[in-house]
Amino acid sequence: MAVFYVLMLFMVIAAIIAVETKDLLSSIICVGAIGAGGSLMFLLLLAPDIAITQIVVEVLGLIVMIRATISRDLTFITGDREFFGTVVSVVIIFVILLAGVEILQGLPEFGTPVYAKIDGSPSQRYVQKGLAETGAANIVAAVILDYRAYDTLGEATVLFTSIVGATVILRAKSRKLVEEPDK
Amino acid sequence: MRPKGEISHGVKGMTVIVKTVASWVKVLIFLFGINIVLFGHLTPGGGFAGGVILASSYVLLMLAFGREFAEENLPLPLASKLDCLGAFMFALIAVLGVVFGGSFFLNFLFQKYLPGHALHLVSAGIIPLCNIAIGLKVGASLFLVILMLSVSCKGTE
Repeated sequence: MAVFYVLMLFMVIAAIIAVETKDLLSSIICVGAIGAGGSLMFLLLLAPDIAITQIVVEVLGLIVMIRATISRDLTFITGDREFFGTVVSVVIIFVILLAGVEILQGLPEFGTPVYAKIDGSPSQRYVQKGLAETGAANIVAAVILDYRAYDTLGEATVLFTSIVGATVILRAKSRKLVEEPDK
Repeated sequence: MRPKGEISHGVKGMTVIVKTVASWVKVLIFLFGINIVLFGHLTPGGGFAGGVILASSYVLLMLAFGREFAEENLPLPLASKLDCLGAFMFALIAVLGVVFGGSFFLNFLFQKYLPGHALHLVSAGIIPLCNIAIGLKVGASLFLVILMLSVSCKGTE
């Protein structure tokens, strides 16, 4: 159990450094450290699917972001912060923290599963009857592609739309650099 | 690492050692990605993680050999067509569930036509086919975004 708290502290410190540092490359590397800590946590919580996805997306996302920032001439954030904006943000965060302390007292302990203890819950059914009803040994694949396939269709659509949007936005600069064959 | 003024943004690539090793490692990463996509219903992984691994094998080519080499290997129009093909296949499998079964996304292969044996490659109905479609889509679209980002970068020609 102590490993989870250590990893959480590591991720929080990396997040604070990522926000506060003025060098863009350092903040990107700290974001990568957050992703690595999260992937390790998922591995220790016995969720290898999410750990694989987290580590691979974080590595690729890191490369994309490094590529996108090294091409800029300016890799340092300059300028001061506004005083009023900072004060308002701190007050709002404090209010949310107070509300969170109230709510967190009602939650079970960090690291214990909740729905596994209730009989007849969907998660019990997925675990017990997943192999018989879908034929897949990987319960995660059975859930995201059979029981909840409609949600996966929504996620695939979101990914597709965001890639289309990114391609359209980036295409304006590259029109003079890339020659495309006419269809 | 070389100092910042000398980072080659993709015209010439890296040294001979990096190029040789990268050309071998790229094939291994590509095969590993295919393994994770194809066996997504048996081992951890699936379409999304496997697709990202497939895209990252092409990113390795782009970093080691330069952008033009990677673009010849998988040109932009082909990548966008593969992306659309993957999304279309996924939607087609969903609609075929209505045609053959009665409800959207019904696992018609498992329940009616091809149950297969559990814990083998041919099992779980439409789940491996959906994994292949999603892997194709995610891999092609991520490679497309990285190629577009590197084309619009100032240092390339």
